[in-house]
Amino acid sequence: MKPGPAARRPYVRPMTGWWRRDPYFVRYMVREATAVAVAVYAVILTAGVVSLARGEAAWDHWLAALRTPASIALHVVLLVAMVIHAKSWFEIMPKTMPMILVGHRRLQAKTITRVGWAAAAIASLLVTWLAWRWWT
Amino acid sequence: MKRSHAPIFWLMFGAGGMLAALFGPALVFLTGIAVPLGWLHPSPLRGYAQALALMHSVPGKGAALIVIALFAWHAAHRILHSLHDLGVHAGLAAKLACYGSATALTLVLLSSLLWLGF
Repeated sequence: MKPGPAARRPYVRPMTGWWRRDPYFVRYMVREATAVAVAVYAVILTAGVVSLARGEAAWDHWLAALRTPASIALHVVLLVAMVIHAKSWFEIMPKTMPMILVGHRRLQAKTITRVGWAAAAIASLLVTWLAWRWWT
Repeated sequence: MKRSHAPIFWLMFGAGGMLAALFGPALVFLTGIAVPLGWLHPSPLRGYAQALALMHSVPGKGAALIVIALFAWHAAHRILHSLHDLGVHAGLAAKLACYGSATALTLVLLSSLLWLGF
């Protein structure tokens, strides 16, 4: 072949679906996708506050929407996403925070993650308990 | 030298992510599953007056604003930075769409909370 601009067609590795090639990348994308669930939940709660401000009829309408099977199914998905977010958030935390020294030794990444998970468990119990005490 | 505004967005991403990690699962479970299915008696969201009283109080308003708005800012920042991974250029339009949505949600939320009064 005659050398020239037309002849030089370097191979470009296709990047579509790159993250499906490796389970590590799939986990990364699932973790990033939890942001969509967080956004959806923020919109649902905002709709609740707006309906509260608009009056009792609007509020009841919002509550009725929450009771539909579609809404329950959506919230089950949101719950799974939130749990994945909470789990992965504390797994990444050792990499995003400054190094902590205890005595002369570096605080282990595993320790930071476990403390985070424990904090999330305590916070969940606290919120549930508060909701229980406030209204029942 | 022009200072970067990136730390502000990162801070809100971090704060929202932390709140979502700590309280997200319990909140979704309570407001989206347990309460609509009537597992909590009497249903906490059943009473309009009770919900109104909660959102009239300063702690109630503050918690709602901080939690919901920071959830939105966390999500906006993370979605913006994931666009590149999906082959979408995260340019000015994407930034405006992501942070603009979070700003709009915050303003709607804030105005509703102020409208509710104290």
